[in-house]
Amino acid sequence: MTELETAIQAHGLVKRYGELEAVRGIDLEVQGGEIFGFLGPNGAGKSTTISILCTLLTPTAGTARVAGIDVMQDPAGVRQRIGLVFQDPSLDDQLTGRENLEFHAFIYSVPASIRRRRIDEMLELLQLTERAGSQVRTFSGGMKRRLEIARGMLHEPQILFLDEPTLGLDPQTRQSIWNHLNELRSRKGITIFMTTHYMDEAEYCDRIAIIDRGKIVALGTPDQLKAMVGGDVVTMTSSQPEAAAREITELLGVTPSRQNGTLRMEVADGKAFVPRLVRELIAPVDTVTLRRPSLDDVFVKLTGHAIRDEEAGTKDQMRMMGRAWMGRRR
Amino acid sequence: MSTEFAIKQSSDAARTQHVPANIRMASLRAIYIIWYRDILRYWRDRWRLGASLAQPLLFLIVFGSGLSSSLKGSTSFGASGGLSYIQFMYPGIIGMAILFTAIFGAMSIVWDREFGFLKEVLVAPIDRSSVAIGKALGGTTQAMIQGLILLVLAPFVGVKLSVLTVLTLIPLAAVLAFGLSSFGVALASTMKSMQGFQVVMNFLMMPMFFLSGALFPLSGLPGWMTVLTRLDPASYGIDPLRRVVLSQSGLPSAVIDKLGLTINGQVLPIMLEAGIMLAFGIVMLAIAVVSFKRRD
Repeated sequence: MTELETAIQAHGLVKRYGELEAVRGIDLEVQGGEIFGFLGPNGAGKSTTISILCTLLTPTAGTARVAGIDVMQDPAGVRQRIGLVFQDPSLDDQLTGRENLEFHAFIYSVPASIRRRRIDEMLELLQLTERAGSQVRTFSGGMKRRLEIARGMLHEPQILFLDEPTLGLDPQTRQSIWNHLNELRSRKGITIFMTTHYMDEAEYCDRIAIIDRGKIVALGTPDQLKAMVGGDVVTMTSSQPEAAAREITELLGVTPSRQNGTLRMEVADGKAFVPRLVRELIAPVDTVTLRRPSLDDVFVKLTGHAIRDEEAGTKDQMRMMGRAWMGRRR
Repeated sequence: MSTEFAIKQSSDAARTQHVPANIRMASLRAIYIIWYRDILRYWRDRWRLGASLAQPLLFLIVFGSGLSSSLKGSTSFGASGGLSYIQFMYPGIIGMAILFTAIFGAMSIVWDREFGFLKEVLVAPIDRSSVAIGKALGGTTQAMIQGLILLVLAPFVGVKLSVLTVLTLIPLAAVLAFGLSSFGVALASTMKSMQGFQVVMNFLMMPMFFLSGALFPLSGLPGWMTVLTRLDPASYGIDPLRRVVLSQSGLPSAVIDKLGLTINGQVLPIMLEAGIMLAFGIVMLAIAVVSFKRRD
């Protein structure tokens, strides 16, 4: 299986919905064979960007080439070469697992001679062989997701796009989806482009782009991004957070950021800092934690807000993105 | 560098051997599988099959029997030519089964949209006209079967059928089913939610049914209603069904024709009515294709 040198190239992508600018100038390049993560809160423009790359939306401005083909000039050519796993389920749950795959094989023109073999192979690879004859409505959430991945791979795409593939799944199932994706990559040599708002998942990616409010704010390997946070992360809670914050700034020379009553600071040497914090503060210290920086911390550092803060407020926007992704017109 | 790129490109071309060489073949395959899925679901959903037979039966038994006895003395039924109301209504009920099944079948597009499956179809590298055509043909097939099944009731309502009448009814039922399915697909292609479905039910399907001449003769109506019944496309599909179903009833065809669709007192040839229905279906399907092809 060949790997493309450059799987995806995008320059200056912009998508506007009337007043709202969902995507505000995105440039990125994804190498062949890479697992590329698109990370950001809901409503940041992830789904819109992925929809443009998959030719489901036309950009207001900018260009993109996917699998070497221009998304505007030959959308059908792009679609034949990519696999898609949507954010919302898109299976026919009255059909069996195998029938869903057969349907896909037909509309993607998989030749009749290899159709059956290809379907068997994919069922095997995603461990669905035993249940292939059952109607999809009897499947668990994780099985449905696996079936969608099997379906997305059926026409041997060069790039597999997954929009929030693990959304709503329990941690164990999420882990198994990841194992399957890694196996697909090593067995089939495909490029994987995925969006997620789970920071811990982004760690599995080779490279990550962090997107916030329609723009890429950072791009690199998980380690490179984490290195952007200086040293260790210390968080503490106090029954008098204002006083504690003031004292930390005055006595320890560090300016903490506040999130919902928790004070958070980045320090060079955490192990030495914690004892000083406990000893020198007059305000009560209720709890203290010390940890290595995570991608969450990178996100907070780059955007000034935590990724979770966004979720409730952007529900409407999220729905709108969802609709756009589903190809609905307003 | 450039040779390396060339090698990659050529092996690339070899790998994607199933990029459709012939776009027409790909579209035909897509139409087939979209149609086949509808039929598969139709057979799998036995409960729905049963339920959709229950409604015409209810109409025939309750409505038909009830009105047959009270209309015995009327000039149209009973008294004049020996045609009872239930016999008159019977082909109309076949038309009703076709009308409802066709539109419900096409409306499954709205369900597919709601439950996400439509995305899988719309993002495929196929011409979107195949989606509209496949769906229209799926609805046509279901509606035809649903209507023609009711022919087994003929002996119970006292209608005689010959092999020839049944063979004539098949294409007529197909044309009616096609016209209404295409109409349904055109509607569903513009509809974004299940709410719209209720509106279609109450403001399009029921009026189309009531004005189609399925339940009462289309002659001697008030002027406004005469106009509306002639504008109802279903009228042009149900009238030929009635004329063929009742052709063996022993009544002169002039009597039967009078009960049906006339324009300015003129009886239309069956072929013309079927042609109008077919043309209606083609126009609707064209609208559906255009509507599916629009992209954001």
